[in-house]
Amino acid sequence: MSYQFSDVSEKRFQKLQTQFPDKRSLILPTLYLVQTDRGFVDTESMEYIASRIGSPIELSHVYGVASFYTMYNRKPVGKFHIQICENISCYIMGNDEVTNHLCKKFGIKKGETTKDNKFTVTGVQCLGACGYAPMMQINENYYENLTMEEVDKIINSLE
Amino acid sequence: MPETRILTQYRGEKDSHTLAHYKSKGGYEAAKKALSSMTSDQLVDEIKKSGLRGRGGAGFPTGMKWSFIDKKSTKPKYLVCNADEGEPGTFKDRVLLEELPHQMIEGMIIAAKAIDAHHAFIYIRGEYTTSINRVQAAVDEAYAAGLLGKNILGTGYDLEMALYQGAGAYICGEETALINSLEGRRGHPRLKPPFPAVAGLYNSPTVVNNVETFSAVPHIIQNGAEWYAKMGTPKSTGTRLFSVSGPVKKPGVYEITLGTPLMTLINELCGGMRDGKKLRGIIPGGSSVPILTAKECETANMDFESMADHKTMLGSGAVIVLAEDTDIVETTFRLAEFYAHESCGQCTPCREGTHWVAGLLHKIKDGHGTMKDLDLILSLSVNMEGGTTICPLADACVGAVRPTIQKFRSEFESRLVKENKHVA
Repeated sequence: MSYQFSDVSEKRFQKLQTQFPDKRSLILPTLYLVQTDRGFVDTESMEYIASRIGSPIELSHVYGVASFYTMYNRKPVGKFHIQICENISCYIMGNDEVTNHLCKKFGIKKGETTKDNKFTVTGVQCLGACGYAPMMQINENYYENLTMEEVDKIINSLE
Repeated sequence: MPETRILTQYRGEKDSHTLAHYKSKGGYEAAKKALSSMTSDQLVDEIKKSGLRGRGGAGFPTGMKWSFIDKKSTKPKYLVCNADEGEPGTFKDRVLLEELPHQMIEGMIIAAKAIDAHHAFIYIRGEYTTSINRVQAAVDEAYAAGLLGKNILGTGYDLEMALYQGAGAYICGEETALINSLEGRRGHPRLKPPFPAVAGLYNSPTVVNNVETFSAVPHIIQNGAEWYAKMGTPKSTGTRLFSVSGPVKKPGVYEITLGTPLMTLINELCGGMRDGKKLRGIIPGGSSVPILTAKECETANMDFESMADHKTMLGSGAVIVLAEDTDIVETTFRLAEFYAHESCGQCTPCREGTHWVAGLLHKIKDGHGTMKDLDLILSLSVNMEGGTTICPLADACVGAVRPTIQKFRSEFESRLVKENKHVA
């Protein structure tokens, strides 16, 4: 059967519908609901979103939003999505070392996923952790003031 | 010199994010005062008198922004909190969101009354998971305690508040782009006028303020505008949170009165440079503002006027420190690349300009650039600034690149290919 909201997402969708005067506002939060359920948002789920929000929202509106914002994964990512800031403060404090270290450890290039679909390493823009670099984000969690030993320890602890 | 902790007084205390803690410190008394004994005009006047200026980046007087709302308008009025902190180098709102969310919510309640809004939204950047969880919990607590919803504290005032999670677009920190995003659209800035005060969210009168701006409001209402205006300088009143990053001994967020010398912040609060490194320069207000050389830093104070005298800005209060061993060509490239990545693509000078600047800097940093490339960046920058675009993102790119090339030109020139290399 094709995708439908999980029970949790269905509940949250019901609540969201009461919070905004215009149903178009539901597009961004609903994309997140799908991403939480599935890990990514493909065209099929976008069609589902459009149908759940209802007229006048069409697939094109949802796709337009999903393709503008970087946090919506339109392709599956690894179980652990590691995002590393490459902007100025993190660069000055040596964040590139984290990227290089992880790519070498996993045998992948930046932007790629390991063959077992466990890890994806992505270079990203400022995450608002500038004073605590070197840092990385794994899924929703920030890890700050890192040394390479700590990076290894964190990675090895992920199951 | 110690910090002047007004907004961050209870930072670091156990459970500082909870309603119980906030109330035990006199929290929500200012909201009670505002809702039960002050008119909206009195509130606007009080904030005007305090001299509070927006803490997001532009530094626009907050009271004046509120006064632009036409109270006679029959349309609903909306209040929006800009918690889409994204200016590289900035991480101060995170402290207020994660550790002191009730202070911001109280400020929003007061602001809502001042502009007669009954719907408020908090737009938080998507990556700030802890902030989102803490603010959502705080909003839920406030609803349960009768501080939000219908008939707040028995005063007859209604206010609904909801969170909205951004999705990783820097441009949504610009208030009209944020409004578009909140409406479920791509984050494209809008042409002004009309300004949001006239036609903002859902085409209705809207005020958008930064997290830190709202967080200052309860203190002003509780202690009075005069008390607040006594801190800082006549045109830059109060305190501000500065995010300090780079090779200093103690990077982090510091709250100090405006007008404090930049080097006092660096040497006394941040403990000076790390590992005996020498200071090369400082970007004093987030990645978009012109860099100061080490010599200029000696005379710069952290207030709007002194920054203007030094031809730079206080911006978002992000102080990025560069040491002598920092590769300034690389840092400039990283910033240009950031603006190219974040350009929304509506305006040609920005969409094309930022990519050209980033591309040319890439060439230069890798040692393939010529003097012509360096000068081309400067000539391109003229077409990217001064109102050729809808929003200031292209100007920000220019601010991050041109002054650095002008002040540190020899560094860039030393990376160019020798002119006669390809001859013969």
